[in-house]
Amino acid sequence: MALDLRQAPRPPSQEVSGHALVARGVAKSFRGKKTIRAVDGVSLHVRRGEIYGLLGANGSGKSTLIRMFSTLLSPDSGDVRVFGHDIAAEELAVKRLINRVSVEASFFKKLSAMENLIYAGRLYGQTGSEARARARTILRRLGIADDRFDEPLEKLSRGMQQKVAIARAFLTAPMLLLLDEPTTGLDIRSKREVQTFVRDLRDGHDATILLTTHDLDEAERLSDRIGILHGGRLVAEGSADELAAQHGGADLEAVFMTVTGRRLEDADTPEDRAR
Amino acid sequence: MVLSDQPKLAYAFIAREVALMKRYWLWEIVWIVYGAVTSLSVAYIGLAAPAISGGQVDEAAVRRFVLYLLVGTIAWRFLGLVFENIAEIIAWERWEGTIEYTFMAPVPRLTHLAGMCGGTIVRALVISLTTLGAVALFVPVDLSRANTLSALGLLAVGTVAFIGLGIGSACFPLLWTEKGLQMAYIVQAVVLLVSGVYYPTTVLPGALQALSVISPATYVIEGMRRALLDGADLASLWPFVWPALLIGALSIPVGLRLFVWAERFAKRTGRLKRSG
Repeated sequence: MALDLRQAPRPPSQEVSGHALVARGVAKSFRGKKTIRAVDGVSLHVRRGEIYGLLGANGSGKSTLIRMFSTLLSPDSGDVRVFGHDIAAEELAVKRLINRVSVEASFFKKLSAMENLIYAGRLYGQTGSEARARARTILRRLGIADDRFDEPLEKLSRGMQQKVAIARAFLTAPMLLLLDEPTTGLDIRSKREVQTFVRDLRDGHDATILLTTHDLDEAERLSDRIGILHGGRLVAEGSADELAAQHGGADLEAVFMTVTGRRLEDADTPEDRAR
Repeated sequence: MVLSDQPKLAYAFIAREVALMKRYWLWEIVWIVYGAVTSLSVAYIGLAAPAISGGQVDEAAVRRFVLYLLVGTIAWRFLGLVFENIAEIIAWERWEGTIEYTFMAPVPRLTHLAGMCGGTIVRALVISLTTLGAVALFVPVDLSRANTLSALGLLAVGTVAFIGLGIGSACFPLLWTEKGLQMAYIVQAVVLLVSGVYYPTTVLPGALQALSVISPATYVIEGMRRALLDGADLASLWPFVWPALLIGALSIPVGLRLFVWAERFAKRTGRLKRSG
């Protein structure tokens, strides 16, 4: 079944340019007993219609960056523009253009998938019946059986909850979709289904996707371009082939090791995780 | 989105609150039973006044005393629910894990809070009216002299003031993720103590009497008593209406300003997330 995102209200297109997202010199520190510089002067751009993969170990700054792009966290310095809108000065305009799927499904646990999705649709200006119709289409497309629509979310498996989270993001037809480790914790089958859906979304619709992952295979499989984050800094950027050519690695794993000095799985140090 | 879209956006929160009430129906029954039992216990203290005091108390005085106590307990039930529900806006969403999605949505904060206040009033009305019905089954209530409209008018004014207090207290969990909600509950407890819910504020020590002056519940509950016990009309209740109105007129803009400031602070410090 085809998923027609164009049924949903779209933002005015006058701001749409070649870049969906432009970040310049973005930095963020957290003060505690010890100040942690989570993101350290990151500059990147995501072209309209591309899937940009941010690859990094736990604590490399990926989620902090995504949270800043989602308007949930204010950068200490630097600026971020989404389709030309400044995230600080034009927050509501940016919010209309984005949506996000995080590593946790994050729902009202006692409400059903349908109730959660209708609530989400209403927050983006849809009526209850519009949201219900669109939610039904998307849930079916994601392989969720009709008889599960009205069950409390807490009774669905982790994989199904994550699919509902993806449905929530698609429901609002975002121009820029921020996927923060959307497949972490999923079984292989659910992971593949989500990855296929992400690709279909990009190929069949006018969506730009920024994906964070610490899965090398996922980054390579899904991304047109990949940025490698390490210690809060963007240490390499390009397509998988470009990265291999630039850094002399046979594959992405070798590139990661060259540019960070560590293997991806070894890079998850306690200090990194504190970021 | 334009101004005319805002009621539709606000309705999202009302519909969500109603859906949550339905899904948590067993807990709502617990709150209703708890409220009814508390109100009944207070009413029975009134009915037992002659036995407790050991003196002669005539029947009319007992009836008046019971109604005096019931007005306090039912009005406080309603206002307390309004305060609690709004003060828990952040903590509840953080507990559910939905806070990031609600705050990422393209909904102006004023619309968000207006919707939450609408949902809160629906919930407080359902619980308070059911509690009142349950109490009326067990305790005879003499409303022969009551001016119900005046009492409801005062309650409406008090609701506005409590919405402002609730919004202001909802900031605490944004500022202190681990102990913010506890602070809000302490505010609520102090308001209960100083507002004359079960007794005239004149029995309080001087410092607490000073606090009672700034509590909207002091004016609302005393005014409601005069309306329901003595049939006072709204015009004669003006000395109780204007202070509650003034507190509402101040607390809502101040509460909103605080909330917006606290949200900015939370965004700067990384507190706007599910786990604190």
